[in-house]
Amino acid sequence: MPDIPIQEAAYNYAYLDEQTKRMIRRAILKAVAVPGYQVPFGGREMPLPYGWGTGGIQVTAAIIGRDDTLKVIDQGADDTTNAVSIRRFFARVADVATTTRTEEASVIQTRHRVPETPLKEGQILVFQVPIPEPLRMLEPRETETRTLHALSEYGVMQVSLYESIARHGRIAKTYNYPVMVNDRYIMSPSPIPKFDNPKLDRSPALQLYGAGREKRIYAVPPYTPVKSLDFDDHPFEIETWSESCALCGSRESFLDEMIVDDTGKRLFLCSDTDWCQERQGEHQGEQPQEEPAK
Amino acid sequence: MSDAMGIRDIAAGFIDSPHESQRIFRGVLEAFAHPGRVVTVVDAPAPPGALCRATAAFLLTLADRDTPLWLAPEFDTPEVSDFVRFHTGAPIVGGRAEAAFAILPHDQLLPFDTFSIGTDTYPDRSATLVIGVPALGVGQARIWRGPGIDGEASVAIAGLDPIFWLDWAANHSLFPCGVDVVFAAGSQLVALPRGIAVES
Repeated sequence: MPDIPIQEAAYNYAYLDEQTKRMIRRAILKAVAVPGYQVPFGGREMPLPYGWGTGGIQVTAAIIGRDDTLKVIDQGADDTTNAVSIRRFFARVADVATTTRTEEASVIQTRHRVPETPLKEGQILVFQVPIPEPLRMLEPRETETRTLHALSEYGVMQVSLYESIARHGRIAKTYNYPVMVNDRYIMSPSPIPKFDNPKLDRSPALQLYGAGREKRIYAVPPYTPVKSLDFDDHPFEIETWSESCALCGSRESFLDEMIVDDTGKRLFLCSDTDWCQERQGEHQGEQPQEEPAK
Repeated sequence: MSDAMGIRDIAAGFIDSPHESQRIFRGVLEAFAHPGRVVTVVDAPAPPGALCRATAAFLLTLADRDTPLWLAPEFDTPEVSDFVRFHTGAPIVGGRAEAAFAILPHDQLLPFDTFSIGTDTYPDRSATLVIGVPALGVGQARIWRGPGIDGEASVAIAGLDPIFWLDWAANHSLFPCGVDVVFAAGSQLVALPRGIAVES
């Protein structure tokens, strides 16, 4: 008999039991086979509340192994509460190496951002999704939205974007901006800023989306077309900033605006902390720009 | 019951199930995410009966009591069915339409739509067919296009009748319904999800 490794932990490897992992794995394969379609799965209670990434954690738990290197980000940052606790959770229950470096990670679990560093083939990006149904705010009934997806009947979404133009002069949606996957399903990209939408298009990485409360898993395979919805005369555009990052000077990354003192002094900082730190290493000596107080 | 198989006659399953099944699943996931790519299943246990190693590993990893399994007559032997029942608990069913997974040989194919193809509202309720073939990456190559493929891929699957690809075109045209196929040979797998168009 070969040596059987002894599990000292009281939980199964990666927290979930094997039966649950098989169920989630089957759902993931269906999701990959039908890109953008939301596969129902038997979501489990996790040791943290809904809204803290239970869907993403279940997907990660079903795929992760001892050979993986895990990165977890929350709004782009590796050092926020949600990211730190999920990273520690998997280091403890799945015995995986963790990293903050995008390029070193084999699995990246994310809440509301796509890393700025371009992803590579072989990497898996796991999104935490609060509301998987892109049509939910337009049609509350699940039976109806399911029929709309079945028939590819997406007029209601086009009307809502048109109404936004009529009211605001432009499509005012800035995050969770709906996309068409492989010319078939409209999909919620989760509440990432629309700035990140172009990164989803034909990405070499596999994208898996997990919604714990709503118990849905969906996926975008590598190199799959992901088009942000728009109109010919109102083409999709991403955010731009006139400022640059106060720490690394980046002009191409997604910037967070911070108020840093009582006089209203403002700073713009990269939302992606790994990207920012890498650039600070490369660009030492350059003078960062600061926005003057107003 | 002297002719019944004893427990010692059942081929071994996983030794360290969480880790072995995780590694094999990641191989299957890579195959589905990159249709046409030949993925090798590492360290899988020796298969029973006429199953190849990759097919047995696929079943050990993904089949359980929630996944009715249909076995083509060639595979419906005591070695295979005892192995499946003992290690996975999957019910072996006689009706093809009930099956979540089906194991078929390359030379006795059945029309895909005799298996579950899912529904317009629940296309995930479809069967996955594991087809044993003599070899992967050998024989006449065809051009595959679709999600997971960067442009196009040239893929050769040995031992298939040209009729198979006509059936496949019909299956693909049902998208988002339709079956998904996994080709298995020895320790290797190639996935052909329903969204892939194959030039015939």
